[in-house]
Amino acid sequence: MNATALFVTVFLACAVEAVEATTVVLAMGTARHWRSTLTGVAAGLLLLAVIVAALGPAISAVPLDVLRLVVGGLLLIFGLQWLRKAVLRAAGRKALHDEDAVFHQQLAAAEAAGEDRRGLVQDWYSFIVSFKSVVLEGLEVAFIVVTFGANAHDVPVAAAAALAALIVVAAAGVVIRAPMARVPENTIKFAVGVLLCAFGTFWGAEGAGVEWPGADAALLALVPLYAVAAGALVLALRPRTKVSK
Amino acid sequence: MIAGIKAVGMFLYHFFVGDDWTIAAGVVIALAVTAAAAHVIPAWWILPAGALIVLAASVVRSGRGA
Repeated sequence: MNATALFVTVFLACAVEAVEATTVVLAMGTARHWRSTLTGVAAGLLLLAVIVAALGPAISAVPLDVLRLVVGGLLLIFGLQWLRKAVLRAAGRKALHDEDAVFHQQLAAAEAAGEDRRGLVQDWYSFIVSFKSVVLEGLEVAFIVVTFGANAHDVPVAAAAALAALIVVAAAGVVIRAPMARVPENTIKFAVGVLLCAFGTFWGAEGAGVEWPGADAALLALVPLYAVAAGALVLALRPRTKVSK
Repeated sequence: MIAGIKAVGMFLYHFFVGDDWTIAAGVVIALAVTAAAAHVIPAWWILPAGALIVLAASVVRSGRGA
């Protein structure tokens, strides 16, 4: 697998999840206590790093055919779930993820919550909400980092892509100090869904004993296949506006 | 204890299966058919065809319900 494709897929997947986590983190820091919030973020990132560091070598030790069958299948399931949501949102059948609305909901909940100091953490509420947000949003990315990296024999490139996305999104969050409502989240989810489906299909089928026509070049057909099919579903599901005479 | 196990089970179900279980089931079936057919015929087309059918069925079903 091309290192650039690996980097781009993991970078986009991580960026879109990081945008969602950043919204919650900004709300906690703004409404309550920045140090506790950032401690929660650091603890969450540390847990994700431990998961990647532990699972990476363990998954790499699994025989390649079994790895490709299982991981390909899981990546295809993840990809289809991402693509399904992106198609429904693009077709107007499901509400778009609204970072402004999420930010204000979190802000109101944070302002209403009581004070609670535990151990070294001055504000437990902002610590635990930030921690959970980072871990829950990051777990799928950690899985993608480990599985993509292991299949491509390049976990470090996958981890570097995730880290780069985190740095870019965190820097943007620090600069604008507001939810990143203008990030085209659904478009990114659509692209990541297409890439996960293409790679999941490629690896899953290889693990099941298939020899792809054209070997790795089959990926160049799978990516547009899923993109065009998902685009066609968006068009088919969009409500038709009646033209008045 | 049981509540904790249930919570972990629910989390794993949502993590791996997601909102629509038919997608996971469809992928598993398509992979099994691919593995069974791979030694008999060129079976590279089965998984992408299965995945597209599962995606279309899931999206159309959810779209109608919206």
